[in-house]
Amino acid sequence: MRLTPDELVFWRYGFLELNNTIVTTWGLMVVMTFGAWLITRKLVTEVHISRWQGFLEIVVTTIEKQIQEVGLHNPAKYLGFLGTLFLLIAVSNLCAIIPGYEAPTGSLSTTSALAISVFVAVPFFGIAEQGLGGYLKSYLKPTWIMLPFNIISELSRTFALAIRLFGNIMSGTMIVGILLTITPLIFPDFMYLLGLLTGMVQAYIFSILATVYIAAATRTRAA
Amino acid sequence: MEGMTLIAIVSIITAGVTIALGSIAPALGEGRAVSTALSSLAQQPDAASTITRTLFVGLAMIESIAIYCLVISMILIFANPFWNHVIAQATGK
Repeated sequence: MRLTPDELVFWRYGFLELNNTIVTTWGLMVVMTFGAWLITRKLVTEVHISRWQGFLEIVVTTIEKQIQEVGLHNPAKYLGFLGTLFLLIAVSNLCAIIPGYEAPTGSLSTTSALAISVFVAVPFFGIAEQGLGGYLKSYLKPTWIMLPFNIISELSRTFALAIRLFGNIMSGTMIVGILLTITPLIFPDFMYLLGLLTGMVQAYIFSILATVYIAAATRTRAA
Repeated sequence: MEGMTLIAIVSIITAGVTIALGSIAPALGEGRAVSTALSSLAQQPDAASTITRTLFVGLAMIESIAIYCLVISMILIFANPFWNHVIAQATGK
């Protein structure tokens, strides 16, 4: 029984290898980018818009509203990063409906990459908003003794982001695999449904936590 | 009792105890969080979206403790490095 889709390798050359995770992730990226290009080729601003454009508008405005509600007052700056995080994780967890598909978020490589990108994005947006000195000074708040604890909390929340997403998705697929050997047909379906729901919730959680971390880093404390 | 048997016994028992003990506290914490969220929803229904969103974020943070224990338990059963090492030694001999 495979723990992660990393273990299924299609092609190897030296230390470079094409495993299931990489192929699936690139397939998802191609499908999402091509679909978005197809829909946004002819954008109209009349009253009567096509349903695909309406669907994309709902998605984008909902994400923008969520970012604003968390406390980032200029959501257009962060919409690209945070929206992509949410859509990538949501689509890769939703495609579990397709038979023979293994979610790339069930591999620690993918979730660590996403968590590291959040880890890099938080100081990036913080420095863009507050300047280098202002951002580094925020590590000394509330008192300078808290400096090591602030650094440790940065590292541990990156680690927690990766492990949370990996654990939820991997255990979902593993439970279905184990149940299929015990009681096929009915009970695994419920676990599959629970896995789909968990996938959506975890996509939302990942992006909301990234938003909260960025909001905490860009918040200028009013004197 | 030789090394191989000991590793198997300890791994299996630890996997069971890890997930059993590790899911008590998160379950209690989540129960308290949801009950407080429900009572504050009853008091202020117009703040429902904020309360619901904060509830879900808090539940995910609490749940991740149980997920850490589940991951350790799965690794001990399915991808146990110590077991793989002694199996490689036994078949290599």
